[in-house]
Amino acid sequence: MIVTPLAAYLIVAALIFAIGLAGALVRRNAILVLIGIELMLNAANLNLIAFWRYGPHPELLTGMMFAIFSIAVAAAEAAVGLGLVISIYRHAKTTDLELMNRMKG
Amino acid sequence: MGFVFYLISAFAVGGALAAVLLKNLVHAALALTIAFFGLALLFLRLDAQFAGFAQILVYVGAVAILVVFAILLTRGSEIPKEGVFSKGWIAGLAISAAVFAVLAWAVLQAAPWLPNEAATPALTVNDIGNALMSRYVLPLEIIAVLLTAALLGAVIVAMHEKEKTNQ
Amino acid sequence: MIERLDQIFVLLKHWLVGYLPASWQIPVGVVISVACIVGLYPALFAITTVLERKGVGRIQNRLGPNRVGPYGILQPMADGIKSLTKEDIVPTSADAVVHFLAPIILVVTVFMGFAVLPMGRNMVLVDMDAGLLFYFAMGASTELSVFMAGWSSRNKYSLLGAMRGVAQMISYEVALLLSSVVIVMMAGSLSLVKIVEAQNHYTWGLPHWYIFTPWGFAGFLMYAIAGTAETNRSPFDLPEGESELVAGYHTEYSGFKFALFFLGEYVAMFSISGLGSTLFLGGWMAPLAVLQFVPSWIWFFGKLFVSVDVVIWMRGTLPRLRQDQLMNFAWKFVLPMCLLNLFVAGLWRFMGDGWLRWAVCSVILILAYVSIGREGMRRKHFGPRSYRYAE
Repeated sequence: MIVTPLAAYLIVAALIFAIGLAGALVRRNAILVLIGIELMLNAANLNLIAFWRYGPHPELLTGMMFAIFSIAVAAAEAAVGLGLVISIYRHAKTTDLELMNRMKG
Repeated sequence: MGFVFYLISAFAVGGALAAVLLKNLVHAALALTIAFFGLALLFLRLDAQFAGFAQILVYVGAVAILVVFAILLTRGSEIPKEGVFSKGWIAGLAISAAVFAVLAWAVLQAAPWLPNEAATPALTVNDIGNALMSRYVLPLEIIAVLLTAALLGAVIVAMHEKEKTNQ
Repeated sequence: MIERLDQIFVLLKHWLVGYLPASWQIPVGVVISVACIVGLYPALFAITTVLERKGVGRIQNRLGPNRVGPYGILQPMADGIKSLTKEDIVPTSADAVVHFLAPIILVVTVFMGFAVLPMGRNMVLVDMDAGLLFYFAMGASTELSVFMAGWSSRNKYSLLGAMRGVAQMISYEVALLLSSVVIVMMAGSLSLVKIVEAQNHYTWGLPHWYIFTPWGFAGFLMYAIAGTAETNRSPFDLPEGESELVAGYHTEYSGFKFALFFLGEYVAMFSISGLGSTLFLGGWMAPLAVLQFVPSWIWFFGKLFVSVDVVIWMRGTLPRLRQDQLMNFAWKFVLPMCLLNLFVAGLWRFMGDGWLRWAVCSVILILAYVSIGREGMRRKHFGPRSYRYAE
């Protein structure tokens, strides 16, 4: 099976995506779930840039613009998410998601 | 695919693995930074200089520090007693393995039909600026509103509430 | 003859590299340039330590070090021998790997910034299209090493110093970026070589440096403040203030690692001064048209020397700012002034040549400075004192 350059980048992106997904599903700490989400967004960015580079019209800059806006949105979402985690910690005194499995506050 | 590509990918994937597997949270956050660096180097290999440097500036310079601050403010630097993996970790692992299998199968199936020879795009940052101001000006303004809203929201959510029972 | 003196380093490199076969020429050329940078700036650092100690000493009405050589100029040798031979103490509960990596990452990221600075005509290591963005990306990575140093020491003072340092660096980094964006806007490119080229004209013998315009002058002031704060130099050196926090984030470092932190801080100062002179003071341009016979690299290092002198002078003269005063200053004064500067630069561009645009832009900036400076930074009236105990 010949792995062509674009396919190699896509497989690396898929690998990082799967690792991020595993991190978000498997860890107990809320912050690590956010780390997993950041990894998934990064993997998607890598996909976008790889397709931009090897696609038919790179001078239209579609892929790169998409990736840059995705970086901005991910940063905003990380900020809000971490603010939420801090706020929950202040209330529940823990960030362990296994202990926060009830709606009763 | 040259040796450099495998080296950088090893960095990125290794950093990502360490970020989700390490027990010490701050070590995990620093491994995440290595993963971000690796990804930025991959962007540079793909001739996306602006995206690569923006990735370092935003992710390493801001998001990683944000994560570290949050870890410290929530006393995450102590290793928890009950372990760091949730009870249903096998299911999570199986799901992510399945997702990776599907994606890799899709890529390898389509590999002969994917475009692979493309000349290096001769783009300057000037072109990116022009595009941002002409074709993508609406997303730019929406991002500005979004970032302002996120900033205000994060500050309000994380702010200390004034003590109501003050005596 | 003047041309050859100006390009002497470039010609030397080409002559050296010419002895090699063609496929080896480019890599070896790059290695030679990198070796020159890595050798030159630590040497300048050594000279600057003596300059600083004697300068600050004279400002404080005492002699600086004067034992080691004639007038103390061999003091760096003594400092170097001391730091190399001191025992390297790592606390037992410290995080060994992170503790080891922090000074290394600091030094590496600080030296990377020099790759895009044009140190003379045709004397830039890599002429990147997004050179300024690369520089700031490397600057952003410096904050991480500060945090790593503070956290890995398992010392409350170190952690406190690191938190303060990172908060300060993040706040002033926004100001640094915004004051550079004005220059990018007017020069039309992120490449530092092109920014110097855009300033490379003379009118009646006077150069077209960006500092000689209203928005350039305000931008330079903001850049200087933000740059001093980025490198944790006085009056912004609370994270490492000796009388406040033992030694801040590098308390637990001894011997050569401490010397690396010291080196990193000074080389960062050189780097930011170099960037400031490239953006605002014309880089390697001569100050008067008649003085262009002097080689360009002499002008670059001369401007660097003058900037470093001013920073040392500020250290000896101004008192230290408290953390909340520092942060207030960044977010309430420097940032609004930078944003207004962007607007004024745009106005300048669209108003066309003539005295009117000088007048309008200067008036707007002076009014803004007076109003934001006076009203915005006025101290609030405090009510009766309230106490908050630690829970």
